[in-house]
Amino acid sequence: MKDLIKILNVFCLLSLLAVGGGSAVLPQMEHETVSLQHWVTGDQFATIYSLGQMAPGPNMSMVALIGWQAAGGAGLIIALVAFYLPSSFLTYGCSYVWDIFKDNPWRNSLQRGMAPITIGLMLAGVHAVGKTACINPDRSLHFNTITCLTALAVTGILFAKRINPALLMLGGGAAGWFLLRGH
Amino acid sequence: MPPAASNQLGVAEIFRAFAKIGVTSFGGGLVAYLRDALVTDKKWMSEEEFLAALEIGQTLPGLNSVNVAIIAGRKLAGPWGAFAAASGLILPGVVLLLVLGLLYDRFRHDPDVAAALAGVAAAAVGLLLQVTLKIGAKQFLNLRDLCFVLGTFYLVAFQHVSLPVVLFLVAPIAIILCRPGKLKPKA
Repeated sequence: MKDLIKILNVFCLLSLLAVGGGSAVLPQMEHETVSLQHWVTGDQFATIYSLGQMAPGPNMSMVALIGWQAAGGAGLIIALVAFYLPSSFLTYGCSYVWDIFKDNPWRNSLQRGMAPITIGLMLAGVHAVGKTACINPDRSLHFNTITCLTALAVTGILFAKRINPALLMLGGGAAGWFLLRGH
Repeated sequence: MPPAASNQLGVAEIFRAFAKIGVTSFGGGLVAYLRDALVTDKKWMSEEEFLAALEIGQTLPGLNSVNVAIIAGRKLAGPWGAFAAASGLILPGVVLLLVLGLLYDRFRHDPDVAAALAGVAAAAVGLLLQVTLKIGAKQFLNLRDLCFVLGTFYLVAFQHVSLPVVLFLVAPIAIILCRPGKLKPKA
């Protein structure tokens, strides 16, 4: 029960802090769920995140799997509800009164000011997942080289070509299976 | 045919339309799927209405796609419409994730599966990096913005400054620096 309340608290807060989309809360989510609550290990967090990228629908639905690892079926439902409901209520309410703010010049300031912070948070998200998925001190040099090259290859390919990222995830899986077995 | 007053669109129909996106949107990019479905296919919203919804969705906390679904659903059938839209978008992916999660739990100690998953996780990092660089291109090229990008990154990733602190201390500074009148027109 205590765990469920903790899940509710953590994900409600993350919901309301998710400015500029879900990826911006990734570092905070990793910190809370791995370092503070120990619901998942760093490796599990990185894997769960990548599963979320493969599944259809909003990518942050991966919170369901963290809740599930933390406290089973009830944890799954609470994590999902806690992560999606608060921000949805806020949006629902604000969409009524939005017209009042529509022409307020501060809205533009808010968007311009927040943009670089969102990007910084997303970079920190890359770090939060990458520090176990790509540059992992517990793994061999061979492992880290392959994972870094895989990540950079995906980045490069996506810049060069319009291709469905889910296919690249599968490609990464094939590369991992082929090159990382036994490491 | 724009819906006139209220509730003439069935909640089930709204759920179906969003669930179709929830099932098919492998690889992300949900906002584009939503636009195709709501504006082009179903004609439930005009282009302008969609862009206005997206603007609200991007400004407020929460995922952009879910926020747009909430606003569109509300417009189509009130609170239950919003609920149907968001749950239609979210639930199919959760079901698949649950299956993937069960498989992961069952097989994660298998060396073949572990190796493949390590590759998938690495690819996901590459994807997030690309998305970050792409949507941040403008910010990386502006010196003041770049300072905030790198400052935020350093504070959060290496000093473990928590997100609320960043949002309540750093964000106001950034916003005030962009206060009305300070921005170059057409920035």
